Amino acid sequence: MILLDPAESEALLLSLRVAGVAVAVSLPFALAAALLLARGRFFGKGLLDGLVHLPLVLPPVATGFILLMLLGTRAGLGGFLFAHFGIRLVFRWTGAALASAILTFPFQVRAIRLVLEAQGLGLDEAARTLGAGWWDRLFSITLPLAMPGLIAGAITAFAAALGEFGAIITFVSNIPGETRTLPLAIYTALQTPGGEVEAARLSGLSIGMALIFMGLAQAVTRYALLRDV
Amino acid sequence: MALEVRIHQRLGAFDLQAEFAAAQGVTALFGPSGAGKSSIVRAVAGLSRPRQGRIVLAGRVLLDTDRGVFVPPQARRAVLMFQDARLFPHMTVEGNLLFGWRRARAKAGPDEIARVISLLGLEKLRQRMPRSLSGGEKSRVALGRALLAAPDILLLDEPLASLDAARKAEILPYLERLRSEQDIAMLYVSHAVEEVARLADSVVLIREGRVTGQGPVFDMLTGIHAGLPALGAVLEATMTGQRTDGLAELAFSGGIIAVSATPPTGARLRLRIAAEDILIAREQPQAISANNILPVIVSRIALVGELADVELLCGAARLVARITAASARRLELAAGARVYAIVKSVTVDRNAGPFP
Repeated sequence: MILLDPAESEALLLSLRVAGVAVAVSLPFALAAALLLARGRFFGKGLLDGLVHLPLVLPPVATGFILLMLLGTRAGLGGFLFAHFGIRLVFRWTGAALASAILTFPFQVRAIRLVLEAQGLGLDEAARTLGAGWWDRLFSITLPLAMPGLIAGAITAFAAALGEFGAIITFVSNIPGETRTLPLAIYTALQTPGGEVEAARLSGLSIGMALIFMGLAQAVTRYALLRDV
Repeated sequence: MALEVRIHQRLGAFDLQAEFAAAQGVTALFGPSGAGKSSIVRAVAGLSRPRQGRIVLAGRVLLDTDRGVFVPPQARRAVLMFQDARLFPHMTVEGNLLFGWRRARAKAGPDEIARVISLLGLEKLRQRMPRSLSGGEKSRVALGRALLAAPDILLLDEPLASLDAARKAEILPYLERLRSEQDIAMLYVSHAVEEVARLADSVVLIREGRVTGQGPVFDMLTGIHAGLPALGAVLEATMTGQRTDGLAELAFSGGIIAVSATPPTGARLRLRIAAEDILIAREQPQAISANNILPVIVSRIALVGELADVELLCGAARLVARITAASARRLELAAGARVYAIVKSVTVDRNAGPFP
């Protein structure tokens, strides 16, 4: 990176890694949740719907705090994972990825659910009487047709994950090279006397990233719309 | 019997109770819209689960609520062709055609695939995407896709209803060829009497969720049935020879009928006569343009408002003439009266094929 100093490019690359892993990890779960919400008929569907959307309305700091309570090495679940599998999420970039995954989950679910609902069950029924079972139909009909929604949802979630701040700083703190993503680097610069120029550079970088990925998401959606006409 | 159905299903306020059987060939589920025909084929396909009943297809029990048997749709070998074709938009025509074939247990060989593709005239469409096809082409692809899945029964849910008259005329011959060239059981849902008269071997009449009659197409469509549009006659006929005046002579169970067609001698054809195209005369008319004047006996008269449907026996065949009630009174028609039926026009369907 010619235009960025080492600390800046470190923050940028870390941000991209955290957001990428966050989206990749949450995608299968988002797909499952979207399938359940779009096609399932079961008791507690409203509850699941609310739960999926919770991160949208909850303050990110609160989400980070809840994660810390659950997954800290001295907490119940976190202690268990650490003692038996050596998995530690606090103060690690993987923890940052987990927090980002949870916070951007609703974006993915919504995008996938919309295409699934638009798709309807007609083609699924046709495939069924032609001899295709559930997994077969998922991979031959449902997923290929939902692909634009999956991609648009993933890109939007990725762009949103790049901006995650509150949950990350609360859950995994602000460690250079480990958990200091772009937003945390901006925050750090602002805490440093005379760091405004640095903060402005990093903000510009964030804006650039956001524009690129939102543009991509729009292009995918437009392509999908044109294709289906 | 290829298919035996006995189901009881409640859909909201609608109560569906149906029991019928279907042999090889085309069985039409015939009745007005909303009678429950589509619900029946959906239950046969396994897309709905009746509260009570038993469905047996080619000796396999697909549904038996008493014993808790429910075979899922993908294992039934009962392929449903929907009114809206439902082609997979992300696959080529060929991909669509082979979708069910890939999943079939008894796969058709390359010759058989080529035969179905040419039967339906799909050779030039193989690499096209569904969105670039016309409505009629989509229907043909859907039909081919269903056939290549090698089903034990082909379920057709109003396959022509969403097409305009020209497209219908385009598809019907393919269905007729299918019927005569393919040894397959078909359950054909329709509310259009012309389609049923042209395609069906036997007919199951459905009305308000109940089966109101079942039998060979000739008995079910000709004759007076409550609530059905009167059809003059559906006749099976054999070409016996060409007359000197150019007309073809066809033998049917009521005698000889002459039509302007040139089928090969011995060909078996299906004839349709509209009830409005049969006139009744008390005495044998002389010097008349109609080619066919058949001596008949009045067996029954049903008044439908200002109109009268008159059932006529012609040998072993049955015809229905639709005349005005005033004419019926003037001619003093009553059961047993010997009169003459003047047939104004006859529709000859090719590929009528053998009847059961």
